[in-house]
Amino acid sequence: MKILVAVKRVVDPNVKIRVKADGSGVELGGLKMAINPFDEIAVEEAVRLKEAGRAREIVAVTVGTAQAHDVLRTAMAIGVDRGLLVQAEGPLEPLAVAKVLARVIAEEAPDLVLLGKQAVDDDCNQTGQMLAALLDWPQATFASKITVVGDMVEVTREVDSGLQTLEMELPAIVTVDLRLNEPRYASLPSIMQAKRKPLQTRPVTDLGIDVAPRLRVLKTAEPAARAAGIRLNSVEELLHKLKHEAGVL
Amino acid sequence: MGSTLVLAEHGDGELKPATASAVTAARRLGGEVHVLVAGASHAVAEQAAALDGVDRVLLCEDPALADQLAEPAAALLVSLGATYAAFVAPATSTGKNVMPRLAALLDVMQVSDVTAVVAPDTFERLTYAGNAVETLTSSDARLVLTVRPAAFAPVGTGGSAPVEIVAMPKFRARARFKGESRTKSDHPDLTSARIVVSGGRGLGSVEKFDNILGPLAARLGAALGASRAAVDSGFAPNDVQVGQTGKIVAPDLYIAVGISGAIQHLAGMKDAKVIVAINKDPDAPIFRIADYGLVGDLFELVPQLEKALDA
Repeated sequence: MKILVAVKRVVDPNVKIRVKADGSGVELGGLKMAINPFDEIAVEEAVRLKEAGRAREIVAVTVGTAQAHDVLRTAMAIGVDRGLLVQAEGPLEPLAVAKVLARVIAEEAPDLVLLGKQAVDDDCNQTGQMLAALLDWPQATFASKITVVGDMVEVTREVDSGLQTLEMELPAIVTVDLRLNEPRYASLPSIMQAKRKPLQTRPVTDLGIDVAPRLRVLKTAEPAARAAGIRLNSVEELLHKLKHEAGVL
Repeated sequence: MGSTLVLAEHGDGELKPATASAVTAARRLGGEVHVLVAGASHAVAEQAAALDGVDRVLLCEDPALADQLAEPAAALLVSLGATYAAFVAPATSTGKNVMPRLAALLDVMQVSDVTAVVAPDTFERLTYAGNAVETLTSSDARLVLTVRPAAFAPVGTGGSAPVEIVAMPKFRARARFKGESRTKSDHPDLTSARIVVSGGRGLGSVEKFDNILGPLAARLGAALGASRAAVDSGFAPNDVQVGQTGKIVAPDLYIAVGISGAIQHLAGMKDAKVIVAINKDPDAPIFRIADYGLVGDLFELVPQLEKALDA
């Protein structure tokens, strides 16, 4: 089985972002960047499937600027065999990314495609579902367990009411949730080895896909701050306030 | 002005309150509002028909829709979609699963997790785990939106819209429902509860989480929530996680116990009307947004609070 994993380069989730004073967006200059944490979980899962003898080859794909090479190297250090950067200037919307991935998948012909359930920058939670629609493949989102059995994949999904298990024909799309696995720390030898793995770059313009944005951001603002309240000295005082001041009890 | 089709959220033979919130958002788009009840009974359709501001209910009881999977639901929406200018679903696990699939089939860029409808073509949504608010507009001919239920007050009931039966298009399933395990809870549903008692890493263990918070929640008729740290430590199941990557709640009262207040968590509860924080660390960030703070040992304060409620 061949697995394709889609990854995105995002601001490191441990870094606090700052909204630009003129409301034109988020200040990204000089911030530490990283592989989207959900995508890293997808990479780890693909590598575990290969280590368990379920997969023969893993390809990681990203759509982004030349700097996105670093997240492909991160994926290869975890155990991905090769990388493909579809180079584009500026961020693409999920629909455009899904169209690019659909084209790559038509050429690569993987049996299983893994993606993070959402990117922690735009928090859209769309690309995997859109990709499944464009390919007319079955989808399982928010996976917390993935088992490949023959030409089927069984996926346990985290849904609002608990857990749901689906069985899908391959090829299929799976988007992964936080509790699927804990990605390993890449060892120094595997980081060195990753530098020698094949990494291909293709300009998005070669694909002939319309990637023009459909949405226009008019402004970006800080969320409304909530004023800090007061410190109380006892539970009795708290109950009094909740009953008589806030009126919520 | 074109019409809007709302995908109803339902389960266990009931319409879920998130549907009434999605109708509120749909009304603000300006056109007629129709509600699609996919994979439920006529009784659920009648509940949707009773929502204020609903002009028509479409019901499809086809067994292909019974498990509410994305593929048949998106196929049905596409088959009904020719006349609709907009499609709206609550941003629940079902809405998030189905709507992007529909959007791609319609060649539309979805606007996810909308928190405000500024104008019929202009919306607000949060990015970067709630650290930035974007106001954006769409150039697509049609709109596909998921809306955050906690951000839209639900419409009331009293309406009596007509219910129309619609047919399922030809469809071959390649994903099948195999089973589910429901989280058993004696407490009300987290996303629609009026009071939420939520615990963090400060609880220390799953036993303490249950023994300390359970009785207080029961006494208040509150839902139980948890921070990501508590979920990751195994103190609480993932489906009660409150935060940007979990559930977004906006109850009247949110009691955060042993929760430090990571940005990720605040993104899921900062719209609560009143926030109470109980934490032994006086510098915990949760105190910066709490209306009422108690600094001290939660293992003493929570039982005291429960006892005082009975006094």
